[in-house]
Amino acid sequence: MTALTGTWGLVRLILRRDRVLTPLWVLVLGLVPISYVASIDGLFPSAAARQQYADLSAHNAGFVALYGRLHGSSLGELVAWRGGFIPVMAGLFCILTVIRHTRAEEDSGRRELLGSAVVGRHAPLAAALVSVFAAGLVLCAVLALGMIGQGLPAAGSWAFGAELAVTGWVFAAVAAMAAQLTAGAGSARAIAIGALAAAYVLRIVGDVGALDDGTPSWAGRLSPLEWVTWIRPYGEDAWWPVALTAGVAVALALGAAALSTRRDLGAGLLPPRLGRPAAGPALRSPLALAWRLHRGLLAGWAAGFAVLGVVLGYLAASVADLVRDAPQMADVFARLGGAAGLVDDYLAATTNLFGLIASAYAVQATLRARAEETSGRAEAVLGTAVGRLRWLGGHLAFSLLGPAAVLAAAGLAMGLAHGLNTGEAARQTSRLLAAALVQLPAVWVLAGVTVALYGLLPRLTALGWGAPVFCLLIGMVGAAIGLDQWVLDVSPFTHVPRLPADRFGVVPLASLSAIAAALTAAGLAAFRRRDLPIP
Amino acid sequence: MTDAISVAGLVKTFGPTKALDGLDLVVRTGEVHGFLGPNGAGKSTTIRILLGMMRADAGVARLLGGDPWADATALHRRLAYVPGDVVLWPGLSGGEVIDLLGRMRGGLNKRRRTELLERFDLDPRKKGRAYSKGNRQKVALVAALASDVELLLLDEPTSGLDPLMEEAFREAVREEQRRGDRTVLLSSHILSEVEALCDRVTIIRDGRTVETGTLTELRHLTRTTIEAELAGPADGLAAMPGVHDLLVRDGRVRFDIDAAALDPALRHLTAAGVRSLVSRPPTLEELFLRHYSSTPAAHDSSQPAAQDAPEATR
Repeated sequence: MTALTGTWGLVRLILRRDRVLTPLWVLVLGLVPISYVASIDGLFPSAAARQQYADLSAHNAGFVALYGRLHGSSLGELVAWRGGFIPVMAGLFCILTVIRHTRAEEDSGRRELLGSAVVGRHAPLAAALVSVFAAGLVLCAVLALGMIGQGLPAAGSWAFGAELAVTGWVFAAVAAMAAQLTAGAGSARAIAIGALAAAYVLRIVGDVGALDDGTPSWAGRLSPLEWVTWIRPYGEDAWWPVALTAGVAVALALGAAALSTRRDLGAGLLPPRLGRPAAGPALRSPLALAWRLHRGLLAGWAAGFAVLGVVLGYLAASVADLVRDAPQMADVFARLGGAAGLVDDYLAATTNLFGLIASAYAVQATLRARAEETSGRAEAVLGTAVGRLRWLGGHLAFSLLGPAAVLAAAGLAMGLAHGLNTGEAARQTSRLLAAALVQLPAVWVLAGVTVALYGLLPRLTALGWGAPVFCLLIGMVGAAIGLDQWVLDVSPFTHVPRLPADRFGVVPLASLSAIAAALTAAGLAAFRRRDLPIP
Repeated sequence: MTDAISVAGLVKTFGPTKALDGLDLVVRTGEVHGFLGPNGAGKSTTIRILLGMMRADAGVARLLGGDPWADATALHRRLAYVPGDVVLWPGLSGGEVIDLLGRMRGGLNKRRRTELLERFDLDPRKKGRAYSKGNRQKVALVAALASDVELLLLDEPTSGLDPLMEEAFREAVREEQRRGDRTVLLSSHILSEVEALCDRVTIIRDGRTVETGTLTELRHLTRTTIEAELAGPADGLAAMPGVHDLLVRDGRVRFDIDAAALDPALRHLTAAGVRSLVSRPPTLEELFLRHYSSTPAAHDSSQPAAQDAPEATR
């Protein structure tokens, strides 16, 4: 097998390069479900309580959509069900890792360097897949041993671990396929993540459809994310879905290897499209250039927000069902917000979440300016008659107005989905559009933090990611673990009016906008003064 | 005639390292000026200060009569810059980049763009990620050469070009030269290129100017190689000041001679009786090597290195 010569060396290279990243995601994905054991056991200590919770959840469209169908009420089954999102995350990390070590390596030219050494034709792809498959096995072991350590049955724990592992494998193989199709890591990543999202949507359609007549619809059967739910850890512990999914993963991997022999290194199977021989009349300013650079990212985020908005908006009505079915839960919701209406509370919390996620986009868009600078592309523009502020302004237009567009997409989608559900589309659409857009000043504060870093401490611009992560943590767990109010107040999202549950307030929005403007101005002023280093 | 670029005593430090240490550079309007120096000598730093992307810690820099930092945008309308390592946007075609940069510079000569694309054999429809290094370089060169500007700042512009394309580049620069109103600052490692194109040359090292002048002047400041067949013995030649690397064999002598000592040395030879004589001026390569391979001793720009360069350079 000379085509595989050198695979082992490449595996070691991958392990060396990912010595932090891979152990990190394997551990996090393994430990999160383990932590559910204690929390679910604490919430529902008796078999009767678990049964009640299970009856409730198994018929709630929202829960079924998020986590999948629930078949039993043992502690293990509840934990595995609650961890229903973990396989998706495993798939996502496997996709990113495989693309990083295949297509991204070709893009950078490093693959070429290796290819000239004693390395077989299939070795790089094989090495990437072997590494990721091995990471899946480690994840399986971490999870299973942790679960057994928490006192859960061994057979179910291994089955649960296997569920995560084979989900990772199958999407690793999908990514290997995608890496053969197009030139460019970005589009390969988009294809593979698109496949993962499609599998998730098919799983939701199948499972929610099953709520009515008890049999999953055909749509679910197309989705690997549905196949792995047939394992039913701690219930049936069926191993044939493991074999099925692993078999498909191996088949896809072999298919990717076969595809790779039909293309040249660095090229894709889909032919690269030629561009225009001359620029269109509009491409004449830094803003027009920024539009070309940002439009793909903006469209991706807007589409993602719209889909998520439809799903979460559609589920809003089921919050009311949940409360009707379980009066004991009403307290929990009441504690989280006012008594104005649990659905509105849910909507307010959801739009707040959208705001937090949109701030990640704002940071990402701002960091593009830094990437342009370090790559040397900013130099080309700044060498022309374009001033620094005009150049940076082009990018900031997207980090400040881009979030407005994606939040509007989320608000409209939520409003339409919820409104059509409840028969008041116009009213809900305008309410939720307002609720989404009211997040903007808080988003701008976090964008402003990144702009300030970019101007004042350019090497540390990437720390801008810290702000949304911090706010997300505060938003998610702050109230639950009883943090002091002043800590909560650090997050700008704490101050956003909780529309549509609460009243609109101008003062917090104006203050947040002023802070954002001050941070942005500080960043711009510093950027105008500082050196642009040699890339 | 005013100077297009005048730089005096430029200093720039990055933390503990001194990138520029009192650099001087004068580029006269209308000339092609070679800017030579080993890696890390400070060529790119100088150009970036001239572009207003960095601010000097000390010293004066004037560009087209303006302050490169304060008047950056206005000055950039009148110049075009080609970096040594051109990075393009992966999703934009070469043609789009050429037009975009030209438009942001304030205008592009359409006819010249077509002509240059043909001359450099460049397909403008390819996307940035599909170009090789040489082709990316061509995109930036076409964008710069097709602009109607007074000054071209070229930072090692031919790295990655094949010999055919390098010839095309030289031809394009010669055309600029013939037009007379364009100034070119050409930083380069390729000495034949500098010899072929440049009117005047500045050699820098460790952030300082070590030589500047026309090639003739520079040659004058350094050693000439003399080979002669003599009728009689040339005793005492080795003891003469300015004579280096003397080889005597069967009535033939070969030595390097400092420009200042040329006259007495030749008198000495004729006294012995000259049968044949070959005198070879130093190539730029020799000039260059002499400055670079010596230890980082204090080179004074007013006192060229002829005396203190070690013999090992030959």
